[in-house]
Amino acid sequence: MAKSFSIRHQPGFTTIAAVCFVALYMPIIVLVVYAFNEAPSTSEWGGFSLKWFQSASQNAQVIDATLRSFQIAAIAATLATIAATMAALATTRTPPYPGLTFKYAMINQPLMVPEIVTGVALLIFFSRIKIFTGYSGLGYLIAAHTAFCIPFAYLPIRARLENMDLSLERAAADLYATPWQAFRRVTLPLLWPGILAGLMLAFVISLDDVVITEFVKSGGQDTLPTYMLGQIRRGITPEINAISTAFLLLSVVIVTLFFFVSRKRD
Amino acid sequence: MATAEEIARAADQRDIRNRWYLSAPAMLTIFFAAVGPLAIVLVYSFLTPGSYGDVKWQFSPEAWVSVLFERDIFDDTLSLAGAHMSIFWRSVKLAIVTTIITLAIGFPTAYFMATRSEKTRDLWLFLITIPFWTNLLIRTFAVLQIIRNEGIVNTVLMKLGIVSAPIQILYTDVAILIGMAYVYLPLMVLPVYASMEKLDFRLVEAGYDLYASRWQVLRRIIFPLVKPGVIAGSILVFIPAIGAYVTPSVLGGGKNMMLSNLIELQFGQGRNWPLGSALSITVMLIVMVALLVYVRNAGSQEVRHG
Repeated sequence: MAKSFSIRHQPGFTTIAAVCFVALYMPIIVLVVYAFNEAPSTSEWGGFSLKWFQSASQNAQVIDATLRSFQIAAIAATLATIAATMAALATTRTPPYPGLTFKYAMINQPLMVPEIVTGVALLIFFSRIKIFTGYSGLGYLIAAHTAFCIPFAYLPIRARLENMDLSLERAAADLYATPWQAFRRVTLPLLWPGILAGLMLAFVISLDDVVITEFVKSGGQDTLPTYMLGQIRRGITPEINAISTAFLLLSVVIVTLFFFVSRKRD
Repeated sequence: MATAEEIARAADQRDIRNRWYLSAPAMLTIFFAAVGPLAIVLVYSFLTPGSYGDVKWQFSPEAWVSVLFERDIFDDTLSLAGAHMSIFWRSVKLAIVTTIITLAIGFPTAYFMATRSEKTRDLWLFLITIPFWTNLLIRTFAVLQIIRNEGIVNTVLMKLGIVSAPIQILYTDVAILIGMAYVYLPLMVLPVYASMEKLDFRLVEAGYDLYASRWQVLRRIIFPLVKPGVIAGSILVFIPAIGAYVTPSVLGGGKNMMLSNLIELQFGQGRNWPLGSALSITVMLIVMVALLVYVRNAGSQEVRHG
């Protein structure tokens, strides 16, 4: 009997896919393994140890950069999510109106322009403002992060809104709800998973940023990624592996949460 | 007295106005912290460099001239700037090759994922999404540890006796290529997979019924149907690759610069902000051309289906 013929089979594709998945994860696994290396090198194995995690968690610069990263990410993600939610409400569930395309273009703009260009533009613009106002705090970084987080927060919120029709809000209005009550009691609870997903995406995006932060930051404003970039350029120690591992763990947790929140159907 | 039509139109007007108020925070933030400053970059590219960085407010086309040309210090003649040209060429070449590599690996991977059962598809998708959302710097750093002279690749090659001395991969163009292909691979797989998932396998079956070979089915049926995903993936990889900063700085060392490193240099040691600005605008123009190609292709695609 002839071997059964599968229409889905393409020769070699499964092999390439296997190589792809192995290649994607192998470097990350090696990085994590060497974070637990006793030896002060990232090439030979000296036994299991947590000492690099310990030394990283006692490094004042690391603590400082981590706290700053979280502070910026928390504020920027919150602001971006609020702005994105409002923008999503303004750009969905409506017949096309003048300016709608312009709004789409504006919201997606940070995704289209290479980060290096935005970084340079903000460096120039903010350095002028710094001279003009004398202010050189974290505000610049927060503003920059908020701007590039908006499109990411917008995507899941808009996707969620597009799957909601206006009938429930109309029913609320029929029952004498004010627009605010209808929003607060009907739209917001339904939209909540989208908002939460948007917030998490924005948080991860802000936490990960290197390029724009590198250009916008003033002296002594290192975030964890820019601190790590500086260290890697100088030479590598297992301490960077330890920080990376902790960072990876956090990202995986957030992404997993995001995956469940955005997949949840009700 | 207002007619029903007028009342309805007034309500529409009010609705549109409210929608502008609602979108104002997002618009203003993006305008002031993303779009607006780009105009300043354009202005700066036509000014004179200041002695300690920044600019002097004096018009000069010199920055744009020196994007491509070098002025001889003795007789002022212009010649093509070899250093800049080679960095331009390297950036474009590396971005294109990265796109090709990610397509060569990403296309079969997306096909593999799309042909799994409904249940396991989500798991494969999740496995691609994880690296997509983990820090790009960390992933680049992971590649660095693999390919350096003491890294796992060289250690294994030496243990197997294939090479006697470690191959120098780090700080070469190949290293940048490996790094970029690695970090941007999910950007190719995701859109191709999105197209592939919608693929109607009855068409594939029809192809086989008409005596097509596997290769013919792939080339004449599958590929044309997922082309929008392939184009989207190529654009998503090409744009960050041409402006890549982290990967070439970590894996390319000081010598193997790409455009973004050249730009950074102008704002640092180079102290030539106008040239840095002109180079930034150039990168943006390259990206815009790529986007235009994408829009035209995506447009014609829809016309054909419609």
